[in-house]
Amino acid sequence: MKQELPHIRPLSERAILIEFEENIKEDILKIVLYHKNRIENFYIKEKVEVTNTYNSLLIIYIYNIEDVYSEIFALKALISEANITNKLHNKLFNIPVCYDPEFGLDLVLISKSKNLSVEEIISIHTTPVYTVYFIGFLPGFPYLGGLDERLYISRKNEPRLEVKKGAVGIGEKQTGIYPISSPGGWQIIGNSPVDLFDKKVVPPCQIMPGDKVKFYAVSKAKYLEILEQKKRGKFQLKTFFYGS
Amino acid sequence: MEAEIEVIQAGLLSTIQDNGRYGFMKFGVPISGVMDTYAATMCNLILGNSPSAAILEITQMGPKLKFSKPSVIAICGGYLEPKLNGVNIENCKPYDINSEDIVSFGRRKKGCRAYLSILGGFQTSEILGSKSWYKGLTQNSKLEKGIKLFYNSNSTKFGNINAALKFSSEYIHSNEVEVYPGPEYHLLNTQEKQNIMNTEYEISEKNNRMAFQLKETMCNSLKPIITGPVMPGTVQLTSGGRLLVLMKDCQTTGGYPRILQLNEYGMNTIAQKVAREKIRFKMLDYRLP
Repeated sequence: MKQELPHIRPLSERAILIEFEENIKEDILKIVLYHKNRIENFYIKEKVEVTNTYNSLLIIYIYNIEDVYSEIFALKALISEANITNKLHNKLFNIPVCYDPEFGLDLVLISKSKNLSVEEIISIHTTPVYTVYFIGFLPGFPYLGGLDERLYISRKNEPRLEVKKGAVGIGEKQTGIYPISSPGGWQIIGNSPVDLFDKKVVPPCQIMPGDKVKFYAVSKAKYLEILEQKKRGKFQLKTFFYGS
Repeated sequence: MEAEIEVIQAGLLSTIQDNGRYGFMKFGVPISGVMDTYAATMCNLILGNSPSAAILEITQMGPKLKFSKPSVIAICGGYLEPKLNGVNIENCKPYDINSEDIVSFGRRKKGCRAYLSILGGFQTSEILGSKSWYKGLTQNSKLEKGIKLFYNSNSTKFGNINAALKFSSEYIHSNEVEVYPGPEYHLLNTQEKQNIMNTEYEISEKNNRMAFQLKETMCNSLKPIITGPVMPGTVQLTSGGRLLVLMKDCQTTGGYPRILQLNEYGMNTIAQKVAREKIRFKMLDYRLP
């Protein structure tokens, strides 16, 4: 894989930002995650945390960096000697979504503005295998790429004061799930009964950057059944290994 | 011996905080932790606590607290007129607490955030590696009447009291907030850069543990960025031309250009400001080798 050297700079006295080509592309995500993994291993004994977005890595140190320039020098060396050949092996999560009008608050609006029937919207939304680029915005909120362009739609001008836990939404070219209730500006098309974030377990979030997500439509009855199963501890999210 | 503080009056906004929640940002979990690291650290050190022991962060109007068993406390940072059994006490000094003692606060005299440390630190529950309160994660998100805060009762004899520690409060009065250029700073034109450095900014009413919004707006010629990492101290320039200083409970990612980045000293300074107070940015450079 072709590799251009990223831009590395301090973000504060305890953080270093690494920026790759500014683009939302799976090839770039692969490079970002490859380096994320190497940096995490490189710093395995140090107190640091590495997070990623579409094209960036942020390394946060718990204590101030003693010499930021020698740190950047070491990172440059680590990144330039990398040889990205291995493929990513990740998990595919099959996630149930109920597109009932009770949950799909903006289905009618999207249907009108895109000239698609609600059934067509559901079919288009449940077809792709989405890529998890990163978890951000809220604890456990996955940013999913790979939305069919027929469903690209801008955010609401005024965010809703409360979007319900489990709400499945579309914002520009991305789709995602609100893991907890929160104010939010995305167009809401359904609701998933599954929990994406559990503060009582470590890690609190099963879905990781680089993983895949596929949605399947469930009826209101099935949705309620899953909620029941979850209460009794009998619901298991279906996951598969996925090589890309 | 286990002991508890009973909250008799909640005050405006008090939370338990420590150094923050590290290792979970990649799951979208904010770092949280004390807003003024210097004051909180000093407050713990006075009692010989670990610098990152869980501490009570008190904002503007303090609570009224009743202690069940003896211990030692210290209060540091902003001066909110603390009282022990109704008698004024000083900041930055250890005080012996006896059973049934009451700590309360009067008027805000200096700064905005005071810290109350207790010998051995607060023994409140830990979620994802931290005791810092955050809505949705921890059982409590702010002090409320009737809540009980646990601590271990110890007498002074067992502590390593460090009463001689000197707290320098100059930063509380300073209106100068130290910053580094942010990742998108170089995209601003010369006029915009000068404008930012020459403006005296007023802290707006919209200021909390997530962010401080500044009142003065500017022309914004920058396009939004594709969502990227942010952290406490990042200054975003919104599409409406407003500056948003992200604080400890901020989100982990954002799409507004990141034009400045506060250092820790800058964070401590702004954390002691209230609405309508003024600040100026002072640009620093990363030390060259």
